[in-house]
Amino acid sequence: MPSKSARILRAPENFLTQEQITEVSAGRRSFLRRAFLAAGGIAAGAVAVRAGAAPVGAPAGDPAILERQPWNTSLGKPVAARGYGLPSPYEANLQRRESPGLTRVNAASVSFAPLQGLFGIITPSGLHFERHHQGWQDVDPAKHRLMVHGLVRQAKVYTMDDLMRLPSVSRIHFIECGANTGMEWGNVAVPTVQYTHGMLSCSEFTGVRLSTLLDDCGLDRAKGRYVLAEGADGSGMTRTVAIDRALDDVLVAWGQNGEMLRPENGYPLRLVVPGVQGVSWVKWLRRIEVGDQPWATKDEAIHYVDLMPDGRHRQYTSIQEAKSVITTPSGGQVLVEQGACEVTGLAWSGRGKIKRVDVSFDGGRSWTPARLETPVLSKALTRFSVSWRWDGRAALLQSRAVDDTGYVQPTTRLLREVRGTRSIYHNNAIQTWRVDPNGEVSNVQLA
Amino acid sequence: MCSWREPLVLAALLAAGAAQAAEGVGRPATPAELRAWDIDVRPDFQGLPRGSGSVLRGQELWDAKCASCHGTFGESNEVFTPLVGGTTAEDQARGRVAALTGNGHPQRTTLMKVATVSTLFDYIRRAMPWDAPRSLSDDDTYAVLAYLLNLGDVVPSDFVLDQDSIRAVQQRLPNRNGMTRAHGLWDVKGKPDVRAVACMKDCGPEPRVASTLPDFARNAHGNLAEQNRTFGPVRGADTTRPAGAARTGAPAAAPAAVKPAAGLTLARASGCLACHDVEAKRLGPSFRDLKARYAGDAAAAAKLAARVRGGSQGAWGPVPMPPQRQVAEGDVDTIVKWVLEGAR
Repeated sequence: MPSKSARILRAPENFLTQEQITEVSAGRRSFLRRAFLAAGGIAAGAVAVRAGAAPVGAPAGDPAILERQPWNTSLGKPVAARGYGLPSPYEANLQRRESPGLTRVNAASVSFAPLQGLFGIITPSGLHFERHHQGWQDVDPAKHRLMVHGLVRQAKVYTMDDLMRLPSVSRIHFIECGANTGMEWGNVAVPTVQYTHGMLSCSEFTGVRLSTLLDDCGLDRAKGRYVLAEGADGSGMTRTVAIDRALDDVLVAWGQNGEMLRPENGYPLRLVVPGVQGVSWVKWLRRIEVGDQPWATKDEAIHYVDLMPDGRHRQYTSIQEAKSVITTPSGGQVLVEQGACEVTGLAWSGRGKIKRVDVSFDGGRSWTPARLETPVLSKALTRFSVSWRWDGRAALLQSRAVDDTGYVQPTTRLLREVRGTRSIYHNNAIQTWRVDPNGEVSNVQLA
Repeated sequence: MCSWREPLVLAALLAAGAAQAAEGVGRPATPAELRAWDIDVRPDFQGLPRGSGSVLRGQELWDAKCASCHGTFGESNEVFTPLVGGTTAEDQARGRVAALTGNGHPQRTTLMKVATVSTLFDYIRRAMPWDAPRSLSDDDTYAVLAYLLNLGDVVPSDFVLDQDSIRAVQQRLPNRNGMTRAHGLWDVKGKPDVRAVACMKDCGPEPRVASTLPDFARNAHGNLAEQNRTFGPVRGADTTRPAGAARTGAPAAAPAAVKPAAGLTLARASGCLACHDVEAKRLGPSFRDLKARYAGDAAAAAKLAARVRGGSQGAWGPVPMPPQRQVAEGDVDTIVKWVLEGAR
């Protein structure tokens, strides 16, 4: 199908008035010509035009091309000017951020990853979401120890030197807080995908399989049914992991995206529990105890328990079920122009691989399968996209993930029918973004 | 024909290989090391240390170390969600908290939720007080928990909690029967409770928008134009203006983010903002109040730096500031200087 090439229009001040958007949306070329003339001679202005579409009477071309720029008329900075590289200052808008009012103290809080501006499936380590229960620490790796004990033949202590001598694996997995999208159970509460879904990240983790350590200590396979993981921080974070899972794909990891873990993510050692909510990925991991009963620790008996309509709490809810969200265009964004629009987002499942993602533009009445970008990995983020042509009319955008167990991501309505609205945790409902005729995209929920 | 034994043999070999690779790596843990770190207490009270504490002693500890965050009666919603409230004598008899059904009680307090008293003991001992974890003795922990349970009418005011009486307390917890593990979200092979169907066309009812962000919240998360890239197919909406008047793009060239003062950055990184704010009183005094009190005092910088390093109590009320030994000396001086210059 022939399609117009994506055309990006930038006015001199890098923003458009509502009238201008309306004009462009209506396809009025006169606007282009005027903007172009206005931009003539202003270095900051840049208007991209399609080949062969140069307006009559326009200046000779784009000042961004015709004029020499500082970066091609001066000597650049030397190598190793920064021993550790940084993003361009033009990217300063993409930061992890707190949601105002969500928590009262910022050492027991959350910062959300800016999903609206990320590409592919790997989250840059510096933009990885944060959840700390008692602040984060810089742990000295020379003084960090891992103790493995309980129902094992020999309780042991490992240093970082020890652990990093062991056979390691590198795996790409998503990590999602159990409370991700938790503010949206009852109604729309936050404006953008950063705040609705930003307690989500995906990294390549490197470490030793927990089963290797348990075998090394002589796990009592007859009696050992659970392990307790404990962190070295002031909260002494503790979570129970059932032995089937502990022996399956759980890692004791030190590497993240090719370097050591960041302090905010548990440097120098954390548990990686693929498919399971983030709180179980204990950071600053210092102790693994094998037992025959679960521990009912604070974060599995007071928090991270899901309130059901019958007044009972579900305890030890762990698996992050299949979920997806469109990240572009998403809430709080504005479509600059009608026509070609690449709709893209993320899908993931704590039970395995993403099999399919469908996208709807009419609030779920009809659906189109999206393209899945490779790699499609088990318990990892999967990037999907659909080419769309926005005709300037209102639209309701949704995405729906299906995983390789056949599980289908539910609508908000269906999820609420089973779990009510006060669960806080494990909200994996289909997200709806409304596109208004003025191009503005907002977070909405359907009846 | 392929033998079923082969995969098993292979798996056994692989496991043996892993065990071999680890052989000689690490060392046995000593009994003293195990005692130092193995402090968890399970619902069956495995791991519970001997000790005791009265409600009365608990009150003293509470007022000194707990009330500043949790309120005199454990009711405070200022820093954390309330610990106490929302439970009744009927709940205690039944072991289920009635207020968890329906929407009658807005806040879910700790005592409305918790089903295992071991959880409270374990957490208080390992992580409280919030700014000085592991500073309570076992007896202190019993005492603080006794007082908390008394605030929730679970034990009388002359109660002494110890390794034996705690078992009876378990039988009085208001929500002790309120947890369920009958769900598919724990076990690796757990079955989902919500079954959706992937309909492709003519699905469901005509969509109707039931919830949107109210207009007054449009800019509540800051200007969204400054939270999106300034080029590409979309811009962030300028939420400082009403929706109809939306302009796209950041208002200025991109690297316009205002750099916070070095002092503020350092104070944040050093954990000062956990208890202090620039303008408002939190657990500790605001930075502005500090500046106001010490204006013109030539010795103030040295005095405050010493208090940050060594800890302080009494200058601003009973809530103590623990020693902040994690902050480098030079950083302490920078932060103090910044505070005394008005924290701008």
